[in-house]
Amino acid sequence: MSPLAFFEWLADLPWSVDLHESQYAYSIIESIHVWALCLFFGMTAMFDLRLLGWTMRSVPVSEVIRRLLPWTIAGFIIMIASGTLLFFAIPLRSYQNIFFRSKMLLLLLAGLNVWIFHSRVFPRVAAWDVDGVPPRAARIAGAFSLVLWIGIVFSGRMIAYNWFDCDRQPQPAIINFLTSCLAAESGQ
Amino acid sequence: MALLPFFQWCYQTPIGEAIRASTWLFPVIEACHLIGLGLTAGAVLLVDLRLLGVGLSKQPVAQLAAGAQPWLLGSLTLMFSSGIPLFLSEAIKCYYSFPFWVKMTSLCLVLVFTFTVRRRVTRTGSSSGRPLPGRATALISLGLWFGVAWGGRWIGFS
Repeated sequence: MSPLAFFEWLADLPWSVDLHESQYAYSIIESIHVWALCLFFGMTAMFDLRLLGWTMRSVPVSEVIRRLLPWTIAGFIIMIASGTLLFFAIPLRSYQNIFFRSKMLLLLLAGLNVWIFHSRVFPRVAAWDVDGVPPRAARIAGAFSLVLWIGIVFSGRMIAYNWFDCDRQPQPAIINFLTSCLAAESGQ
Repeated sequence: MALLPFFQWCYQTPIGEAIRASTWLFPVIEACHLIGLGLTAGAVLLVDLRLLGVGLSKQPVAQLAAGAQPWLLGSLTLMFSSGIPLFLSEAIKCYYSFPFWVKMTSLCLVLVFTFTVRRRVTRTGSSSGRPLPGRATALISLGLWFGVAWGGRWIGFS
């Protein structure tokens, strides 16, 4: 089964249609997604700013991460759960949406950044835990995280707009390539 | 009070006109507004969670609040400088939007509360004694910000 066929099949499931056509469910889930964003993005940003040495310089880095991480994880779980529901309400269009795709790519990069930070940088935190300004590697991880999450919020917000949707042809060939649009089907 | 003429005047400002005429401006400003929301939430939560006795509960409240303050002011500046143009571009819709008025009411209340009661509580609050005023302050602050975010999101749905 091709990805396209799979997402077409998803879009035809009764509960996907119900979610899509519901009067309030979609809006409520999206509000939850935004509230969870406040929790997740807020906590992540404050931690990144600490890694950059731009706030809470007198609080040890390990203390900030230990105390804030549970809240960050809680926010992340709600984001994934609500985000998945939002995706299932509009699976096919989301799959072919260029902003959804850039969001997923940036999410992967953000995950990679977290992995590198926790496997390479954070294990040696004892050496610079109380430093107001952490070493370069930690600052780079903080800066990458901040930039990637800002990009993710931007992409996420733009998914709502249909400028590059497959049913809006003609589009440049590169757009149709990046969104896997079958231009021939759309009369191109 | 006849506020409608004021909203109509806002709607007709050159900034409002420019945003309506553009495909990209509204979404891009709105995304900046969303980033500002996340940053504001971070700066607020850091202190309010501490007042509730969770999060960075070992740190003195006054010290955390002082650290969060520049980021709170900075993110609020971003919120206002993106929110006002968004408002100008759809001022008349806002006038008739119930969520808009919920948002503005909550926003006025939370700003006054933050820079009076909450400021005093975070300046005098220590890590040990009298947790009750701190908890009440945090709950009121979070409740009002919740109203601001709810109203803001639902302006778009109405």
